Formats: sequence, structure tokens, C-alpha cells
Amino acid sequence: MADTPREPYVGRAMKRVEDPRLLQGIATYVDDLRLTGTLHAAFVRSPYAHARITRISTAAAKAAPGVVGVFVASDVNQACGIVPCAADMPNLKNPQHRALADGRVYFVGHAVAVVIARDAYTARDAALLVDVDYEPLPVVTDPEAAIKPGSPLTHPDLGTNVAFEWSMSTGDDAELERLFKSADRVIRQRMVHQRLTPVAIEPRGCVASYHRGEQSLTLWTSTQIPHLVRTLLPGMIGVPENKIRIVTPEVGGGFGSKLNVYIEEALCSHLAMRLHAPVKWIETRRENMSATIHGRDQIGDYEVAVKNDGTLLAIKSRTIADIGSYPQLLTPAVPTLTGLMLTGCYKYKAMRMDVTGVYTNKMSTDAYRGAGRPEATYLIERMADIVANELRMDPIRFRQMNSPTSSDFPFATACGLSYDSGDYHAALAKARRLARWNELLDTRARARKDGKLFGVGVSTYVEICALGPSKAMSAGGWEWGCVRIEFSGKATVITGSTPHGQGQETSFAQIAADRLGLPIEDVVVLHGDTNVSHYGRDTYGSRATVLGGTAIVMCIDKILAKTRTLAAHLLEVKPGDLTFEGGRFSANGKSLGWEDLAPAAYVAKNIPPGFEPGLEASSFFEPENFTFPFGTHIAAVEIDRETGETRIVKYVAVDDCGPQINPLLVAGQVQGGIAHSIGQVLFERTVYDEQGQLITGELMDYPLPRAHDIPEYVLGSTVTPSPSNPMGIKGVGEAGTIGATPTIANAVMDALYPLGVRHLDLPLTPEKIWRAIHLGEDDRGGARIPEADRSAPRYTTADVGEGALEVGNV
Amino acid sequence: MNVSITVNDQLLTHDVEPRLLLVHFLRDYCGLTGTHVGCETSICGACTVQIGGKAVKSCTLFAVQADGESVLTVEGLAGEGTLHPMQQAFWDAHGLQCGYCTPGMMMTAVQLLADTPRPTREQIAHGLKGNLCRCTGYTKIIDAVERAAGAK
Repeated sequence: MADTPREPYVGRAMKRVEDPRLLQGIATYVDDLRLTGTLHAAFVRSPYAHARITRISTAAAKAAPGVVGVFVASDVNQACGIVPCAADMPNLKNPQHRALADGRVYFVGHAVAVVIARDAYTARDAALLVDVDYEPLPVVTDPEAAIKPGSPLTHPDLGTNVAFEWSMSTGDDAELERLFKSADRVIRQRMVHQRLTPVAIEPRGCVASYHRGEQSLTLWTSTQIPHLVRTLLPGMIGVPENKIRIVTPEVGGGFGSKLNVYIEEALCSHLAMRLHAPVKWIETRRENMSATIHGRDQIGDYEVAVKNDGTLLAIKSRTIADIGSYPQLLTPAVPTLTGLMLTGCYKYKAMRMDVTGVYTNKMSTDAYRGAGRPEATYLIERMADIVANELRMDPIRFRQMNSPTSSDFPFATACGLSYDSGDYHAALAKARRLARWNELLDTRARARKDGKLFGVGVSTYVEICALGPSKAMSAGGWEWGCVRIEFSGKATVITGSTPHGQGQETSFAQIAADRLGLPIEDVVVLHGDTNVSHYGRDTYGSRATVLGGTAIVMCIDKILAKTRTLAAHLLEVKPGDLTFEGGRFSANGKSLGWEDLAPAAYVAKNIPPGFEPGLEASSFFEPENFTFPFGTHIAAVEIDRETGETRIVKYVAVDDCGPQINPLLVAGQVQGGIAHSIGQVLFERTVYDEQGQLITGELMDYPLPRAHDIPEYVLGSTVTPSPSNPMGIKGVGEAGTIGATPTIANAVMDALYPLGVRHLDLPLTPEKIWRAIHLGEDDRGGARIPEADRSAPRYTTADVGEGALEVGNV
Repeated sequence: MNVSITVNDQLLTHDVEPRLLLVHFLRDYCGLTGTHVGCETSICGACTVQIGGKAVKSCTLFAVQADGESVLTVEGLAGEGTLHPMQQAFWDAHGLQCGYCTPGMMMTAVQLLADTPRPTREQIAHGLKGNLCRCTGYTKIIDAVERAAGAK
């Protein structure tokens, strides 16, 4: 233990402790598990979007050498229960989503049968021998057509394609209508938030093993939510919760796609019990594209009431959410998050959002990175540019005049939230400074003079993170942690927030080592095994560091308070006389460290009266509020007039996630998030054709960003602590995805402004842009921007607060 | 049929089905699970290994096609308990998050530097375009390869 105080670990850009095993290829992902006697599952999936199953012949598959069994709905559905939907949506019409399709299939990729064989090749061969006759039925693919009378039905027995209707508004609508009537202008825009495929590079997979003697089930599964799976799986397969152990080995990315309880987890569990052998299933990429959740897919009609001086008054949204064929775990909740963040960074006086969730013959949508908030930020920030354009105002000045200042926090929004803390103007000023804004405008002017299509785009954003207070969550929003000082004086930290790439084995060790005064090498962080990490609400919604980290801080506070009484007893002083520094309790020139105190606590021969042996504490942290990270992103793009191809030539991101535990990890999260946005803006769209065939069923057909698509970033930050937790931290896992989508889209639209183009829906593929340039296509509708306005600069170079307080690190 | 492949300097002979993919030979016959399967269509590059010093995608090669060849996987990049300069650079630069694409990414990057010892960032980005990463957004991977080039 150091005698001189060392620099705290928290705040340092430290490389990760989890990396060596990953770098050496000796980490264990679920497909790397090798249990003796393992059987392998392969699925037979529907090639039709909607069809009646008239016959299934499994005889040939069953007869194949090495095949142990072939199971269809009638064999397993009773034992595998119903796939849970945990979202609070009172009027949800919920078709019973069972393990295997029973009589009908509802989307391409719907599982019809499962083959179990002694090896994976044999299982996949035999799956091809299962002969299924389908009678195709009318298909529902267009959610807007689906809610019109006479539409075919996704689930005929429901009698409607409307899964739910949900509304939220600020108080009574009379005020909203008054604001719309009193507005100088009402500006409308329809936007399509395209369907996206999350594509974790590790597909899903699981291995189930049942111990007949103990009657206990262990399920290794590539999931973000081992604890929620443990809570929900008993209701499906009938094994009691306290006989179920869920283990997440290394998880190769999630992005929301592994925030679910899937049929394959229930089926493998059931079949392991039934067949008295471990059962393993590893998803193929084709299955991953068709039968793992998709994201986004909202169509919104937005109306903004504004005064001629640029003052925003009110916003209305009428949204259709294409949720696919079944509600998965949080499907209906995603558009409600869009509603909660509908007013973004702005001082709207009133809002209203009406959502219609629509069943279609597609895979379910659910939480994909950002989950409803990218939709909100995209629409509000695109609207900001559209409104500013209509009013011929500088889009930056327009944003500044409508957003709260730092003294307005906590800021009560028209959506009923209380934004915890913020300084939106400082982040904007810093982003402008880092972008060398005035020079950028000069570059744009020169480029345009040379006949180039060059645009700049700005987006401010605020997101809702650290999900969340339990009163706002359907299954508890707290997080659990446990800290134990071992006999040796080293610390074991256990978290209920399971990382899958975010690096909490490092960041949580930083937090614990500082607070315990231990070298970081003496702290081990455990997670992802429910027999070790007993409780948790897992990792999604940028919650793990804020909530899981705070739970650990609470544990350490308890341990320190307890240890203080032991140290006082041993040093024969009053607890209040002790100082704690550098991992040692000291008084009167004498001191004791963990290597003294921990054995004393466990040997327990000389302990104070009433002192419970051991040094371990666990805590549930229940947040009072969400956190609201924010920032400003700026992009510059150049478009090739002949090909329609967009190149991002500059990208500046200023993000405020509060104090940063590890700036290296924060930068990694931001850069990774922006890459998802680059994909969404420029390339990605999950496409079903009119027959419900999945066109983007392989990575060959679904273009993900590659290394050469990524610009060089300038990253900056401001630091505005959150009052809602002791470390003041806010979360950063989704910020890049939320801030960057409108930024890049606004830059592309700025580049096309001189041509009179007003709005294009994403993705802004070369073809789409080429058609806008050369064929005049425009998703804004109506006339193009008047000739006279096209040469207007749109942005002014006047000072807009460049001298604002400099905070944080670049 | 019998195939003999030198994997990480060790000659291994197994009787395999002709259709066995090289990646499954490595994972299931050699117990080397550091090479990952991400797409089975040569798009993602998670399965990248080197044959005779050239990066190849082992999910679309049969094991028999590597008969008599010398294959290097991530496990063979450095001696046990040590890190290859590329592994060290990925660690130092935070060039990985979930780690699933990382072995394949590094195997490509090692060949990239063998061919182009002092690449520009743009050359690195183009050299890695056959390997997908969904976590890092690539910037820190490019940082890592640049750092590894400097360490040589």
C-alpha cells in the first residue's frame, strides 16, 4: 500500500483489465463451451411471411444417423410457455407468442421445428430434411395500409392489426390547441425512421444443462440480461427461479438485440431436461438477421407550432410503430421513450404524442441502441433545421434561443420529465470552437463557389439514461452490487450489471480501488453468473455504470463504516478519531490496513461487541430520477454530384456524461455509437418486400459501416455532474447513436440546400441523393426551396458565445 | 479423409469430412476457439486466420484446402503469457470492446503491416475493410494498427 497518496484511478484513461484474455483468443464465448455429451440444435424456419402449415413431415430427419429428435409445436409448446413481454402497455393486444409456430407462421424466420443431433453439422443437415407444406396467406407489410379497413390481418384471431394505442401529452389538450391556434406558423413534416438490424458480430446462442439430481438448470446464454432471464424463464419452463442459474460468458456485442428472452433459450432449456443432455444452439447469421429483434421502424407526422421570431410553442406527433409480428420483451415501450424525449433540448410549452403500434408479418422490433431516443432526437433536430429554414433563421441561433440555460435546471419539460442538470449552451459553444466553425463556413463557401455540394450540420441532443427509477420501469429499475474484502485484504466486487464490451471490469475496479485505497490489481470485478451475482437488472439504457457503479459505492460505504468500528476496537480509539486514507485507518500514529483488518474480521476472536464477522456488504441502488446526458455534434460532408455519394469530412462531438470514470472507455463508446449513426444515415435499412420476404437476410445485403467509412473525429466534453447519484455520472453508451444521426442528416441536407432539396428520409444512400439531385425527388413534398433563398448562408459567423466557460477535457 | 495442417507450428492430423470448414477444424478438432464465426459468408472477417502469412477467412475454406499448409491463429501470435506487438497495441489503444471481431481483425492487421510496414491511416482503414466491428467504430482499431506499426 502506497505511503504517498497516488493519483486517483477514477478519471484516468486506463487500459482494460479484461483485454488480455480477449486479445489472446482464450476468452470463452458461449460457442466456445465444450460440455461432455452436448447435443446440438438446428431450427427449421419459415420461408413465408404468412402461411398456414398444412403438413410437417419429420420422418426423414428423425431417421438420419446422429439425429436424436425432431420437435414441432405440439411436442414442446405446452412445456415452453409464452414469450414474455414486460412493457407496461395496458391495452396491448397480445397474440400468444409460443416457442414454435403452431399451424401458422407469421414472419420469415418463424421457427417451425427444432432438430436435435449429436453434432452441429448433422443437425443442420437434418433440418433440411424436415418437409413442411405451407399454404401462403395474405401478407401485411405496410403498417399504414394495415390499419385501414379491409386490410389483411397479421393475426386474424385478433381481429385487427392494431397492437396498442398510446398517447401522452402535457396536461390538457386545450392549452396545446390554444398554442397551435396562436402560432404564427405550423410547420409539418413526415419522417420515416427506417427499420434497422442490430448485428452484434457474435450471433446469439445458448447452452442448457440440467442436473437431474439437483433438479437444477444452468443456461449459458449470450444475453445482456442474465437476471431478467432468470426472473422470466421459470414462468416459461416451470423450473423454479431458485433452481435456475444463468451464466453469460463473454458476450460479443448486444446493442439491445440481446435484451430479450427468446424462444431458443426456453427450447434449449426444456430439451436439455427432456433429453438428459446439454443442448447447444448457435445462431447462424441468417437467423440473426431474420429472427433476432430489429430496431426503429416508426413513421411520424410531426407538427411544430412556432412564432415568427423563432419561439417554439408546441409539438404534436402522430406515430405509427411497425412492431412486427409479436411483442418481444420491451417492444411496446420503445415508442414511449420517443414520446418522453419528444421535446428534446427545447422549451416547448406543450406536446402531444399519439402512437399506434401495428402488427405486420415481420420480425419484432425492440430496443436497438438508443431505443426510441434516436427517433426523438432525429425528429426534433431535423424539425429544428426545417423550422429554422422556413423562418430563414440561423439554425444555431434558433437552437440557442429555444433551449434552457444552465440556471434553468432542474428543467421541467413539456413531457413531464425533470432534466437533472445541463449546460447546453456551453456544449454548443465548445463544439463550434472545436469545429473551427467560422473557418468551416468559409470552407463551405469556397467549396460551393467551386460547384461542390458541401454541407455543415449541427445537432444538439439530450437523452434519458440510467433507466431508471423503479416507478418508471416494469420490472424494477434499481441495480444491485456486492463488495467483499477477502481474508487476504483483496477486494471482490460483484455487479448485477453485466458488461458485454463496455469495460466495467475496469471502470468498476477503478471506482472500488479508489474508495478502498487498494491498488487496482487487488480488485476483481465479477458479473454475469446469477450464482455469483445474485441480483441485477442488467445492462441496457446506458444504466450500468451509473446504477451498478453507485450500488458498489453504497457497498463500500457500508464496509468502511463497519471496518471503522473494528479498527477503533483494535487500536483502542473512538471510531470518530480515526482517519481513513490510502487504505489505512489511522489514529495517534498507529494504523491498520486491509491486510490487518480483513483477517481480524474473519478470524473474529478480537472483535467489538455486536460486530458481525466478515467484511461483505450488498446494496440495491434505487435512483430517484433518470439522468440526462447531452451534447452537441457538428459534421461537415461533401457529396459527389455524379454518384450521390456522401463523404464525412469533419466530425466534432462534444458530449457531457458528467464526470468520466475512464475517458478512454467514454471515447470508445462515443466513437462506436457514431459509427452506428453513420450506418443509419448513409447505408442501413432492413428491407422486406411486399410478400414479406426479408431482402436484407445476410450481411451481403445489409451494409454495415466499415473502417474506411469512418471520418477522423474531434472529441470534446463538458462536465456537468448529475445530482441524482453520488458520483454525478450520467451514462454514455448510446450518446453517439443519439447525437450523430440528426447531425449527419442535417449536414447532408445543408449540402443539398442550394439545390432546393428540403428533406430526405434515411438512409441517404447514393441512389437516394442522386435522385434528389438529378430527378428532383424530395420527401418534404411541395415546392422546392425558393431560388431566392437557396443562396442564403443559413448560418451566421457572428459570435454566439465562443467565450463561454471552458470546462472538461478535449 | 486425413488432413495434416501445421497449426501454430504444431503439425496436426485428423480424419475429417471433406466438407468440414477450416474454422471448425481449428475450433472443434484443435480446440483453438479464439477464431470466431460471425457470418459464414466471408463478409465479417471474425474468422480470419493466416495461411502462409496471408490473411484468409476460415469460414469459407474447407479444412482439406489447407492440407499441408501452415496456419496461424490468434493463439499462435505470441508465446504463452506474452503479447504480440499487435495485441499489445490493441490493448494500449482500446482497440476492442466485446472482443469478438478482435482476433480476426488482428490477423488481418498483422498481414497489413507485413505488406505495408508504415501505412497511412487511410491505408489501414482500407486494409481492414474486410473485417467488421460493431462496437468500436474502428477509430481505435486504426489507432492500434498505427501504434503497432510504430512499435516495429
